[in-house]
Amino acid sequence: MTGKGGTGKTTVAAALGLAAARAGKRTLVAEVAEQERIGEAFGKTEVGYTETELAPGLFAFSVDPVKAREEWVRYRLPSRTLAGALNSSRIFGYLAAAAPGLAELVTIGKVWELAQLERKAKGSAPFDLVVVDSPATGHGLAMLRAPSTIGDIARVGPIHRQAYRIHDFISDPRLTGALAVALPEEMPVAETLELEKRLDEEMDMGLDSIVVNGLYPERFSRDEAKRLAALDGGGPPGARAALLEHERARAQRSQLRRLRRGAGAPVLTLPFLFEPELGLEQIEQLSRELERRLP
Amino acid sequence: MSVERWLQRKDVCVCAGSGGVGKTTASAAIAAGMASRGKKVAVMTIDPARRLATSLGLPDLGNEERLVDPERLRAAGFDPRGELWAMTLDAKRTFDEIVERNAPDERTRDAVLGNRIYQELSNAVAGSQEYMAMEKLHELHQEGRYDLLVLDTPPSRNALDFLDAPKRLSQFIDSRSLQFFSGAGRRGLGLVGRGTGLLFSVLKRATGIDLLTDLSEFFSSFGEMSDGFRERAERVDALLADSRTTFLLVTSPRHAAIQEAVFFHHRLLDAGLPFGGVIVNRMRDLSDASDAGGELEKQLGTELARKVERNLEDYVRLAERDRLNLGQLRKQIGRTPMITVPDLPGDIHDIEGLARMDEHLFRSM
Repeated sequence: MTGKGGTGKTTVAAALGLAAARAGKRTLVAEVAEQERIGEAFGKTEVGYTETELAPGLFAFSVDPVKAREEWVRYRLPSRTLAGALNSSRIFGYLAAAAPGLAELVTIGKVWELAQLERKAKGSAPFDLVVVDSPATGHGLAMLRAPSTIGDIARVGPIHRQAYRIHDFISDPRLTGALAVALPEEMPVAETLELEKRLDEEMDMGLDSIVVNGLYPERFSRDEAKRLAALDGGGPPGARAALLEHERARAQRSQLRRLRRGAGAPVLTLPFLFEPELGLEQIEQLSRELERRLP
Repeated sequence: MSVERWLQRKDVCVCAGSGGVGKTTASAAIAAGMASRGKKVAVMTIDPARRLATSLGLPDLGNEERLVDPERLRAAGFDPRGELWAMTLDAKRTFDEIVERNAPDERTRDAVLGNRIYQELSNAVAGSQEYMAMEKLHELHQEGRYDLLVLDTPPSRNALDFLDAPKRLSQFIDSRSLQFFSGAGRRGLGLVGRGTGLLFSVLKRATGIDLLTDLSEFFSSFGEMSDGFRERAERVDALLADSRTTFLLVTSPRHAAIQEAVFFHHRLLDAGLPFGGVIVNRMRDLSDASDAGGELEKQLGTELARKVERNLEDYVRLAERDRLNLGQLRKQIGRTPMITVPDLPGDIHDIEGLARMDEHLFRSM
């Protein structure tokens, strides 16, 4: 899952994970880029680099690039002494931190590992579904592209092979689906349309669905809005708030139409929830909505 | 409180914050507002989605600053006494320009530009945008053609990565740290020191030799330019820490955004960088929410009055949450200058929208 920042990706990822777990799938939601936000609603403040159970059948994992890199080195080097030497080598740490693209590669590499039926990590059971709460559009795309980029640099050898195994996995529509989360507003719609285009051009991938989050209800008819607008001096305070909301709901619908016209993928919507903060109950509610609307 | 006061005697304004809070819009509104107040301003964005171009009505901003048509600004209600210039950063082009300027000779320049690792890294990989933004900022500042540079930083959690970008790039290219690679490339495995020899053979087993050979080629040609890069990184650091630079944080009153703003604030202070203030965008306004009593029902009839009341209840709940979150923010960042921008009707994505933000950002001196 990707999409513009602030569209509610983490909430939608949690709702999707919950829906999948309810359907009996052993599900993991992987957060990347130090976000660590998913646990909060489930009362788990620290998720970390472990498979942490949030609800029956639903796990969370936070992919820390440094830990992912160390795990990868340990996996590549059967000798613990050598792996330890490399992981504690200052030059290696220095280069690895500075090398653009390496953090993205080991991150998506760990996500790939989490999704394998035969897990490489010791003592780990396989997951039926891994939901990746990936970074905002530009950085999300960079992460998806990292395996083929690094694979092309390496040309041959173990890095090339492994990078391409990951690339093949994430670009295979039978194994990996792509969801975009958007808001029904001008800039998120523009970014979603661009994301779909770039995914196609750069990764030869399509979006499976676009989830439009935070759609306001149409509480007032046009006629009612007219009556509100006709009140003397803008009317009492409640009337102004009502007109504001009416205008917002209408602007949202026009953006939604624009997205539907421009996008190749099916567009589904989630309602705006008038709750001060989104907790477990709201994630539950959104997961039921997703259940009904996702193909 | 006004942004104009925050930007008095400033050459550089860096806007930071998490995604989706209206940072690009705020950067553009600040730049347009300062241009309206007589300054020659350039606003630069490194956002990959090129949102600034949309908001300024320019089809493609390119890697060069372009003058925003003063007529457009005027039509939107600005009074462009100064000039507004805008650009989106093309990381690849900026990187190439730096290589061209810094290469000691043509041979080195062509070797670097033609190197496959260089091409992949400069073109495709996340992080180069951040590196290049700081370079471009420095370059424009050196040229001295503007009174003020406004930088819109990249979105997402790594929003402050750009602070380390110049240092990381110069470290990456630094000949001292890479002697080992270029040495291995030139002299072969047998001649490098024992410690690095072991490391090299371990790396070889972990990664595959082809990568290393390519890397060593890349670094041996790049190594000759590394002194230039190190100096530039130091100058960029000095520019960011200068008293004529200021960092502004943009946030929304949502819980997650506030948390990130607090985190950014700490990081800025830890790094000893000049901090200007916080802009809290999209605040729901409670002054709209006083109780209308029985008046609504008289004017609108029972059914519509009930709907209006329910709508107001929802609105008030969210407005109260905004107010609580703002209180949290104030508590956590202390006595910090703060400007709030209300949740304006409609979507802000164009020059007219920037003008509507202006009165809140530049309220009074």
